[in-house]
Amino acid sequence: MKKIRCALIGSGNIGTDLIYKIQRSPVLEPVWMVGIDPQSEGLARAREMGLKTTADGVDGLLPHVLEDNIQIAFDATSAYVHAENSRKLNELGVMMIDLTPAAIGPLCVPPVNLREHADKMEMNVNMISCAGQATIPIVYAVSRVQGVEYAEIIASLASKSVGPGTRANLDEFTYTTSNAIKVVGGARTGKAMAIINPAEPPLIMRNTIFCVTDEKPDEARIAASVLEMIKEVQKYVPGYRLVNGPVFDETPRGHRVSVFMEVAGLGDYLPKYAGNLDIMTAAATRTAEMFAEEILAGKIQLKAVEPV
Amino acid sequence: MNSTSNLKGRKVVLHDMCLRDGMHAKREQISVEQMVRVGTALDDAGIPYIQVTHGAGLGGNSLQHGFAMATNEEYIDAVASKMKQAKVSILLVPGLGTMRELQSAYDAGARSVHVATHCTEADTSPQHMAFARKLGMDTTGFLMMAHLNDPAGIARQGKLMESYGAQTIYVTDSAGYMLPEDVTARILALREVLKPETGIGFHGHHNLGMGIANSIAAVAAGASRIDGSVAGLGAGAGNAPLEVFAAVCERMGIETGVDLFKLMDVAEDLVVPMMDHVVRVDRDSLTLGFAGVYSTFLLHAKRAAQRFGVPARDILVELGRKKMIAGQEDMITDTAMTMAKARGLLQDVAA
Repeated sequence: MKKIRCALIGSGNIGTDLIYKIQRSPVLEPVWMVGIDPQSEGLARAREMGLKTTADGVDGLLPHVLEDNIQIAFDATSAYVHAENSRKLNELGVMMIDLTPAAIGPLCVPPVNLREHADKMEMNVNMISCAGQATIPIVYAVSRVQGVEYAEIIASLASKSVGPGTRANLDEFTYTTSNAIKVVGGARTGKAMAIINPAEPPLIMRNTIFCVTDEKPDEARIAASVLEMIKEVQKYVPGYRLVNGPVFDETPRGHRVSVFMEVAGLGDYLPKYAGNLDIMTAAATRTAEMFAEEILAGKIQLKAVEPV
Repeated sequence: MNSTSNLKGRKVVLHDMCLRDGMHAKREQISVEQMVRVGTALDDAGIPYIQVTHGAGLGGNSLQHGFAMATNEEYIDAVASKMKQAKVSILLVPGLGTMRELQSAYDAGARSVHVATHCTEADTSPQHMAFARKLGMDTTGFLMMAHLNDPAGIARQGKLMESYGAQTIYVTDSAGYMLPEDVTARILALREVLKPETGIGFHGHHNLGMGIANSIAAVAAGASRIDGSVAGLGAGAGNAPLEVFAAVCERMGIETGVDLFKLMDVAEDLVVPMMDHVVRVDRDSLTLGFAGVYSTFLLHAKRAAQRFGVPARDILVELGRKKMIAGQEDMITDTAMTMAKARGLLQDVAA
């Protein structure tokens, strides 16, 4: 079967893990890996796994886009360079999946709004953050039942699973995730926090989701909605698991719904504790697959974005 | 009748925590008026740095950490505008607080900041440290739960923070777990690698009753800043009680520049009457110090114990075993629920 050919930009943890996810996909094929350091471990691994590589950044990839028929690119660099990367590739008709906190395109959480983005043929979609992917489905599962005035999420990440990019840009992570809790999750206000825990052996990623509902929560309907949503996420992240809750209590802030999740990864590039890495790459892959299926079925055609 | 001490003549800068760390012991319920009253009295007693705001610092108002009675900016502005000599300081934990909040805290009058990370995660702080320096703030790198990293590791992390712009590096005994020799080893290791102009600080908790002894050990090893809290009002069994530390310093000839009797009066007349519970070493706070658990977990664990029927001590020991760190208050409820299920006290929703 024909596959859509992909380029991966950024040879860190996320880029490397993406190779494994995309290689397994029935509709995607990883062809190029773009880095900036010729000595990087990520580029060496990509070559071993059969990808073409360049250490000259996106500019090293551009001359090959048309001849290699690259149609989808994943950007796992940083918020600061993403806009340029996206502009250059969009002009060549390449659709961008943004895994940085840049968020210049619409925010995507697959079980919540992927269909909508695919229908609109968006040329750039943003995957928010690992914590966003792990928590926003639950916020949405509550807000589709009844109004959520405020949602707050806490992500606990194993120190070994958090790369230098995320560490140096924790504020961007916070801003992007807090905003997505509102825009995608459906809460009227949102707050996100991240904890990096160095325990050995490393702790599996944990996420706590608190939602404050306008009215007294309909406990049975919320529990059913949350369990249904967890099944949806498990389709692409099998290790997405409910540990405790939903549990309901009254706080000075209002009626609270609490859900305690764990995300174990598949153990592709980093071990299973790095569920944060997996949920991000799996969601990005799921997103690319939906676009690829549409392209292959001839339902959508990617168009070059005219230079401005 | 001062005993002779080899620390005679050493100068130490005191930093009061009762209006920030003390918020933990008050479930964040200290009013703006109370902060102003205590803050001005501390200023009058000559305390040079006074930390205020929500117990978790900037960004702290949340379901995770509780909601205070006012915004951080309201507390900072109210206290800072009344200071004659003291600087108002704040706490910023990257991952919770952001640079936007740092800017607005600065605008409200904060002039000193503890930029805090877990003792192995200093590299989450470069943005915030650089921004604080750019604002011209007195900038401290605050290595929390310092018992969980060895002296060489603390030295490496401190050196990183110094490279980001920290002017002082703190060894922070958040769990009140350290013994004086642990403090000495970490301070000496820092002194060995840091630039001579970089200061060293110590922040002790009193869960094993070692707050004062540890602070003195820190000074002896080269620390020049000590955090404490008047009347010990703070998380767990409280911070090193500042008036007690000042008295010990005076006996040893260590110069703090504060008026001891005025400080004692603030403790007795203003802070003790504010306490909801007597902040002291009891069964649960001793468990924190003994098991090496973050002091702030104390009241959360007591609440979870009440709700799910699992004793607080059992929950705290389990949190210590699972190596939970500052900021993981959500895992207290989670752990209590998991323990309650195992004990047949709670049913699984999904079951």
